[in-house]
Amino acid sequence: MSDTRVSLPQPRRLGQTSRQDAWWLQPLVVFLGLGAFVVYSTWAAFVGVNYFYGGQGAHYLSPFYSPLIFGGPNEPAVFGPKPEWLPLWFSPAFLILWAPGGFRFTCYYYRGAYYKAFWNDPSNCAVGELRSCYRGEASLPLILQNIHRYFLYLALIFIVILAWDAWKATWFLDADGHEVWGIGLGTLVLTANVVFLGGYTFGCHSLRHLVGGRLDVLSNKKIRKKSWECVSCLNRKHMLWAWMSLFWVGFTDFYVRMCAMGVWSDWRIL
Amino acid sequence: MPATFRIWRGDDGNCAYEDYRVDVDDGMVVLDVVHKIQAEQAPDLACRWNCKAGKCGSCSAEINGKPKLMCMTRVGDLDLSQPVTIEPMQAFPHIRDLVTDVSWNYRVKEKIKPFKPRQPDAPDGTWRMAQSDVERPQEFRKCIECFLCQDVCHVLRDHHKHDEFIGPRFLVYTAALEMHPLDTEDRVADLKNRDGVGYCNITKCCTKVCPEHITITDNAIIPLKERVVDEFYDPLTRLFRIFKPRKK
Repeated sequence: MSDTRVSLPQPRRLGQTSRQDAWWLQPLVVFLGLGAFVVYSTWAAFVGVNYFYGGQGAHYLSPFYSPLIFGGPNEPAVFGPKPEWLPLWFSPAFLILWAPGGFRFTCYYYRGAYYKAFWNDPSNCAVGELRSCYRGEASLPLILQNIHRYFLYLALIFIVILAWDAWKATWFLDADGHEVWGIGLGTLVLTANVVFLGGYTFGCHSLRHLVGGRLDVLSNKKIRKKSWECVSCLNRKHMLWAWMSLFWVGFTDFYVRMCAMGVWSDWRIL
Repeated sequence: MPATFRIWRGDDGNCAYEDYRVDVDDGMVVLDVVHKIQAEQAPDLACRWNCKAGKCGSCSAEINGKPKLMCMTRVGDLDLSQPVTIEPMQAFPHIRDLVTDVSWNYRVKEKIKPFKPRQPDAPDGTWRMAQSDVERPQEFRKCIECFLCQDVCHVLRDHHKHDEFIGPRFLVYTAALEMHPLDTEDRVADLKNRDGVGYCNITKCCTKVCPEHITITDNAIIPLKERVVDEFYDPLTRLFRIFKPRKK
């Protein structure tokens, strides 16, 4: 387009617009919602305790710490206790959260949302913005957003792990130390967490592309066509799944934490 | 019912808002109001229009700051307790009043590689394809080229990247060609290097303003971005391509 000759109106200043509606409300809600989650999850990761509830024979593990790489006694740690050479402040959540965090950070929905809410790029549609220089996702650092599909691969593994946690949460130790099948309120919380995260992950734009979107002809590939249709179906509500799963994964950690701290008692349903 | 319409008037940089007091009736659209102002108060008011049915894409403007077709915006849906602003599109050079020069779009379109079908499937020179395969690009064929998506895109509107970015309309156009089951042309390198698909930061503003409700971002731009990732940023896909080259 190098031969383009245009004389354009002056760009508007930050927040300048003729819009009369509350255009600032949506980015504000996103800013508060994402900001609250980032603050809570960072705190929950650093605190390094009360992420597992084994009381009343339950087996509830916070999704922020799953899989538990290192843990204390009576905790389902994969590699046993935390090595002594690790600093005291080092929490096992640090080994986990970068993967789902990276998946959300590079997610196509969240990108659009936080570019508006946090970077004012733009603040909202047809609203003047802060900076005059713009490189978009065409060069560093944001060109790295193209790594999204690799975070997707990791997120799919996490769905399996969290589904296993939800399954483990259906088994309770009785007074004799035998495992019996049951359902507690925490079981439902952990199961809903997998469902919401699954709805979000399986509706991913990259997954939609990988299962069939990259092909122009799908009619002769029945499984890929069905997969593409299923992912597309979830993808249409990707924003809804993104927010539901974000809220619920935070609530799941909060629920397990409250039970582990003895603030809440888990309600055994079956 | 009386209402005030604040219209951007002028040319050559000598522009200002002018207020017009108009009696509006139930069922009127903004284009009706503009015509009424032309007929009764300002015969020199310039505006572009044609079909008055939301199908020609000529009467694009910004109504209360939102890019819309004037002929599809009902006056009854606007807050008439305060002046209704009508402005020309901001992403294109201003000519006069509500008219802008959108010819840049046609120059962009000429540079996109055209449809290049495979060899005909039948001796009579015709092709066979499944309806389900062609449904995806058919969504993009609904575009009426109103250029509201170009107008609202901040890459063009605020950052004036007209030399480096083709805008949502032509990403949709490229997607319609690129995803067509008969097409054999490869536009992925152009998308990255010349058309600037990487400039899109997925604000979805284009999708929100599209009067034809084309899911521009999710169905056209993001799939094209993913095709660019396949070709340029994903080493695993490139590795697999060594063993199984992509068929067009």
